[in-house]
Amino acid sequence: MAVTERDPARDARPLSWIERIPGRYWLIGAALLVMPVFASDFVLFQIFGWTFILGIIALSLMFLGGYGGMVSLAQMTVAGLAGYMVAIFGESAISAISLNWPWYIAIPLALAIAVLFGTLTGWLAVRTDGIYTIMITLAIAAAFFYFVRQNYVMFNGFSGFNGVLPPDLFGVDWRGPKAFYYLTLFWAVICYLAVLYISRAPFGLALQGVRDNQRRMSALGYNATAHRVAAYAFAAVLAGIGGILLTWQSAQVSPGTAGIGPAIDVLVIAVIGGMRHPVGAFIGAFVYVILKTFALDALVAVGLAGERFQLLIGLGFLVIVFWSPDGILGLWDRWRESRGKDPLLDRGGEGP
Amino acid sequence: MRAFADRHPFWSLVILVLAAVLLWMIFAIWPDWLEDLIGRKKVFLNALFNGITLGGLYFLVASGFTLIFGLMRNVNLAHGSLYLLGGYLGYVTADVTGYWLLAFPVSFILVGAFGILLQIFVFRRMEGQDLRQTLVTIGISIVMADLMLWIWGGDFYNISPPEWLSGPMSTFFVTGAKSSGELVYMKYPMVRIVIFAASVVVGVGMWLLLNRTRIGMLIRAGVDDRDMLSATGARIQLVFVAVFAFGAGLAGVAGVVGGTFQSIAPGEDVRFLLASLVVVIVGGMGSIQGAALGALIIGMAEQFGSVYFPTYAVVLTFLIMVAVLAFRPQGLMGRN
Repeated sequence: MAVTERDPARDARPLSWIERIPGRYWLIGAALLVMPVFASDFVLFQIFGWTFILGIIALSLMFLGGYGGMVSLAQMTVAGLAGYMVAIFGESAISAISLNWPWYIAIPLALAIAVLFGTLTGWLAVRTDGIYTIMITLAIAAAFFYFVRQNYVMFNGFSGFNGVLPPDLFGVDWRGPKAFYYLTLFWAVICYLAVLYISRAPFGLALQGVRDNQRRMSALGYNATAHRVAAYAFAAVLAGIGGILLTWQSAQVSPGTAGIGPAIDVLVIAVIGGMRHPVGAFIGAFVYVILKTFALDALVAVGLAGERFQLLIGLGFLVIVFWSPDGILGLWDRWRESRGKDPLLDRGGEGP
Repeated sequence: MRAFADRHPFWSLVILVLAAVLLWMIFAIWPDWLEDLIGRKKVFLNALFNGITLGGLYFLVASGFTLIFGLMRNVNLAHGSLYLLGGYLGYVTADVTGYWLLAFPVSFILVGAFGILLQIFVFRRMEGQDLRQTLVTIGISIVMADLMLWIWGGDFYNISPPEWLSGPMSTFFVTGAKSSGELVYMKYPMVRIVIFAASVVVGVGMWLLLNRTRIGMLIRAGVDDRDMLSATGARIQLVFVAVFAFGAGLAGVAGVVGGTFQSIAPGEDVRFLLASLVVVIVGGMGSIQGAALGALIIGMAEQFGSVYFPTYAVVLTFLIMVAVLAFRPQGLMGRN
């Protein structure tokens, strides 16, 4: 649960909103803002751009899994659908299918359809719980993958769409490294804050209540099913935003974008980072992107074939799941606890 | 069955009529209007037979999956990898020794032994943590897929059956009549029929084992109430290991079967994992009869789909799954 710890001494006077933001947010925020000054274009576009995008999609899974207790493998499918819709309603190199509608219609429409699809998926998935949810969403992801691969009328089959570019807004080329970096950063921050806000809003708290004890929440008069479906709908918004950005980054969308591999990758990212706090999704995405980008060189350097990247990811995932179910965030918490531990009291040194 | 007929007289009638129509379509010589409507009878019969034999293969994979789930409540998402491993091991055995039949016991024992290792070193360590177990099996399947790709490469392998099994076999199903009035009988690959018969034997054997023996009684009791069973002094961990080994071994055997009448290659693991997921969701979790029914439905849907609406054949199976989930979330044969 994401509950902030309050210092009782400072509660005496009301804090202004600037003071209520913890120091590390200022630090990381400033570092991310000035990043383009010294980072290369490759780092900005390929590493950070991709990290933020995958982070947003993993965030939607983290929201469902962490606060709702529902691990859905269909989030990448929602993202892929949003990307497809942008390609179909907007502009792409496949002019026979793309409708070339202006961006202010195409993008909201794409998001709306993605949300509708995510909600329907949720409506199906909430009929079951726990591990069944994983299986059903995996099956939905596979069905979507096969469907778009076979459908040439709307989804252009195997090759999908290429030449899907962001709109030319304010005369900026939004696929330029710096502009794209700020674009993805902006949306990552928005999504992060939205999840943080909702997790403390009445809806988020009720959702966490449903996760912890559905029967008790139902007895209190909450509609557990409605909360869960609503959580899927909200997660679909996040996944849709991530999917549109992902399509713009690679300028194309194809069945492979939303295949079973990527769907599992999103789960790997969310689990590696840790599902207890929204920031875990971005940490996991960063680790994943770094591994995916540099594993090839690292593996060749130690004398292994470069194709063994999947093995590395799989083993890393196994190690994390085996020893730290809360991912890297869990490791961090454990390290902090052990650092301040009083050997006699056998508990943390800070606080009473 | 009687209880079902008493409770749902209308649906029983519908099922009965459908079965009668199907039987008529199988045995009668088709009139011209029917051939004009849905094509030649030979195509229909072939799709039907392919569907049934594919259902037999799906049953072999899915029954192990559902048995493991029913007893231990763990979803083994590495089940497809066990299938693929069994296929590769069977190929190597058949290739080295030259005996096709030897591939089955070797795959069963080796993959079963691997299942025992999984149960002891992975699942026992995190008993009762469903989600974590599922995540671990995803990790294991990623690692196994890459290791197998490393060892065997990306090629297609095909296990060739021995001579006495290859070639077509005449059946007594009439596909049509020549103008001279002579009846044409359908020919069907021998190996598929043998394999289907074997999967029926396995299915019946499992049913007998579960319903007529002491170990079967232990397993059924474990499915119903695990804690109570262990409280009565049954050595439940031993039962777990045995069931896990058996389920994994079945997946290995299914790999040999799949390698014989289709082929084995990277990616087949995901395909069969999905197939068994869908089969088990449709049939009902933890029920052997459900797995058989689900496997039959999905196998037929896939084959008829690929003959009559080729573009969306794969989607059809998922549509069936969605329909079952929407109207009967516990599966056709599942219990609440």
